[in-house]
Amino acid sequence: MPDLNTIWFILVGVLFTGYALLDGFDLGVGALHLIARTDEDRRVFLNAIGPVWDGNEVWLVTGGGALFAAFPMVYATVFSGFYLAFMLLLVALIFRAVAIEFRSKQPMKWWRTMWDYAFAGGSILSSFLIGVAMGNIAWGVPLDAQHEFAGTFLGMLNPYALLMGFTTAALFAMHGAIYLLMKTEGELHDRLRKWINPAIINFVVLYVIFTLATLLYVPHITEAIKHEPWFFGVVVAAVLAIANIPRCVTLGRDFQAFLSSCGTMVCLMALFGVGMFPNLVFSHPSPENSLNIYNAASSQKTLGIMLTIAVIGIPIVLAYSVSIYWIFRGKVKLGKMSY
Amino acid sequence: MDNVLLLSRLQFAFTISFHYIYPPLSIGLGVVLVVLEGLWLKTKRPLYHQLARFWTKVFALTFAMGVATGIVMEFEFGTNWATYSRYVGDIFGSALAAEGIFAFFLESGFLAVLLFGWDRVGPKLHFFATCMVALGAHFSAVWIIVANSWQQTPAGYHIVGEGISARAEVTDFWAMVFNPSTVERLTHTLGGAWLAGATLVASVGSFYVLRGRHRDFARVSIKVGLALCLAVSLFQLFTGHGSAVVVAEHQPAKLAAFEGHYETGPAPLYLAGWVDGKNGTTRGVAVPGMLSWLVHGDSTKPVTGLNEFKPADRPPVNFVFQTYHAMIAIGFALIGLSALGVFFWWRGVLLEKRWFLWLLVFAVLGPQLANQLGWWSAEVGRQPWIVYGLLRTSDGLSKVVRSEMIVTSLVLFTLVYTLLFALFVYLLNDKISHGPDESDLLEAGKLGLPKHES
Repeated sequence: MPDLNTIWFILVGVLFTGYALLDGFDLGVGALHLIARTDEDRRVFLNAIGPVWDGNEVWLVTGGGALFAAFPMVYATVFSGFYLAFMLLLVALIFRAVAIEFRSKQPMKWWRTMWDYAFAGGSILSSFLIGVAMGNIAWGVPLDAQHEFAGTFLGMLNPYALLMGFTTAALFAMHGAIYLLMKTEGELHDRLRKWINPAIINFVVLYVIFTLATLLYVPHITEAIKHEPWFFGVVVAAVLAIANIPRCVTLGRDFQAFLSSCGTMVCLMALFGVGMFPNLVFSHPSPENSLNIYNAASSQKTLGIMLTIAVIGIPIVLAYSVSIYWIFRGKVKLGKMSY
Repeated sequence: MDNVLLLSRLQFAFTISFHYIYPPLSIGLGVVLVVLEGLWLKTKRPLYHQLARFWTKVFALTFAMGVATGIVMEFEFGTNWATYSRYVGDIFGSALAAEGIFAFFLESGFLAVLLFGWDRVGPKLHFFATCMVALGAHFSAVWIIVANSWQQTPAGYHIVGEGISARAEVTDFWAMVFNPSTVERLTHTLGGAWLAGATLVASVGSFYVLRGRHRDFARVSIKVGLALCLAVSLFQLFTGHGSAVVVAEHQPAKLAAFEGHYETGPAPLYLAGWVDGKNGTTRGVAVPGMLSWLVHGDSTKPVTGLNEFKPADRPPVNFVFQTYHAMIAIGFALIGLSALGVFFWWRGVLLEKRWFLWLLVFAVLGPQLANQLGWWSAEVGRQPWIVYGLLRTSDGLSKVVRSEMIVTSLVLFTLVYTLLFALFVYLLNDKISHGPDESDLLEAGKLGLPKHES
């Protein structure tokens, strides 16, 4: 039986993975939004995510809350350390959220174009910044003896973190394209099918470069992974999942393609988790100042209470979330209440 | 460091005040929607269906604004108040996480059905979804008030460690949740939110009557709004009194600041006044002994005065005094207004009193202002503490955030929020001037009237 700290490492990971799987596709739809040329196509895109996007964003809010509760030192250090990056992320998230709601409220062309740009720009910037933040956490950030961030905003824009930012944006775009396949029909669906391969290639190329960079330049992750031989099974699973996507698309099994894309993301998050464990924020250049699941955690009592809350809450959330996705299954039909 | 403190407080005050325009509307309109859809299911009158559809669209707009500005709040605890976050993570963090799991998922999940499910689910399931959205909105109030009340009246914790590594840890979860001020502050906050929804509905209804449009729609809106408004504004007398008694017991410096009360002794209740903070005096119109009577049930019993506290441990007195009294004044005005409205309604002359309908149109601002003023007096009244008696606000800051960074983000938020507010008002106004959709009344409307399951 793993200890409470390990369980919470996994649970926080699960919440952020849920966020990546769900908000990942609606951020991806945002990234592709401007490629759709006509107002009707863009409306289809928005209505494909319309009923679910803000529920998806709740995974981020809850993940953040769980991080605050279980590992307050990480929450405090990362959020104050990444101050300007997170402020930009907030502005990006605000603009894409209100763009979805505001766009349909007026028919003027300039109005709709303005919100199209806000939605696409906000989505791309959010995906990119989330990747940059994860890249910094993996690469390591300078922490002092009190575990306070000792770096700078510009220091966060190092090549490795930027690479992870681009990779994340590419991953979400691919995921979003596959989601749109499930939600569209007819001529738009045919056009979207042609976007899938470029989206996959774009992601795979970036991901291969990113993996090489990790193996060459991030020894603490490489070491951690060497200690867990089953890790190679996850790598193989990730590769198979990616390879399965074009196969499913060719066969017209859009839902299976989406599941494969989800599987890819789960594998990648698992690798990230194995690579980091037991650290939550790696300190570079002074690894002894790293925040890990013990020196960053809340009391055992709180971790226990939180586990009870999670055990009660998460199954209920999953049950009605699945029901709601079921209610809104099938292709998008534009109607009176649509965006 | 002083600049960082001032700027961080300014940014938090600005972003939370702006955010708090929307959640009360979501909570209040949530109740209104449950009432309207319930009436529709019961009576099957298409008019209620039309009302529910119209207010759902307004709800969607306020909800989107609430989500967009709410995520900022969760981030800010970490970005600007990192030391505070480390200190209270064990407690405040759990409440915030519980809010995510129990409230936000429920609210946003079922919102999908409320907004987009009209033609996908039956009327009963749709009504259930509406109830869940309203319930989720109320749950979110519960957990955030738990967290905030713990800051006001900490309970169920002990302090571990010393100096910079000191932190509060939970010893008794339920004592933390039901800390001494949770229940009173929750009921008072929810009341304020219901009033925000009720007055919005009455205000729009009055506007339509004055413009001679949508008569049936407007009449129902005014009546539902007025009835809720009267009931809740009276309810607020009790919850407000309850809150003040808890403040008197647990945060005596705050109560003394509410009333500008300096010398411990029998205390008057001011109707209006001005506090001279330098000389420690308060002038104004007051009822002698009334505060003592309200707190202790005896007008001769002493109430602790501000002179018992070192100047460094006192909140800014006049600000707290003025905001608190303005909130109360608005509360009484709302009672008077809604009582008069119900009287006119009973006499059957409500729709002819144009001057009164104009008052109702502007009544929507009352609860919004009172909600803001009430929170300002509650939060500024807690100063100089971020956790009452345990941690000073000046000790809760992020150590690595410099003032120029906060200036940057503050300018950014000011620009973005000004734009958002202008757009929100523009779209709300547009929605109201378009009015309810007449096709919602017809079986053969654009989407058709959802059929009842028999």
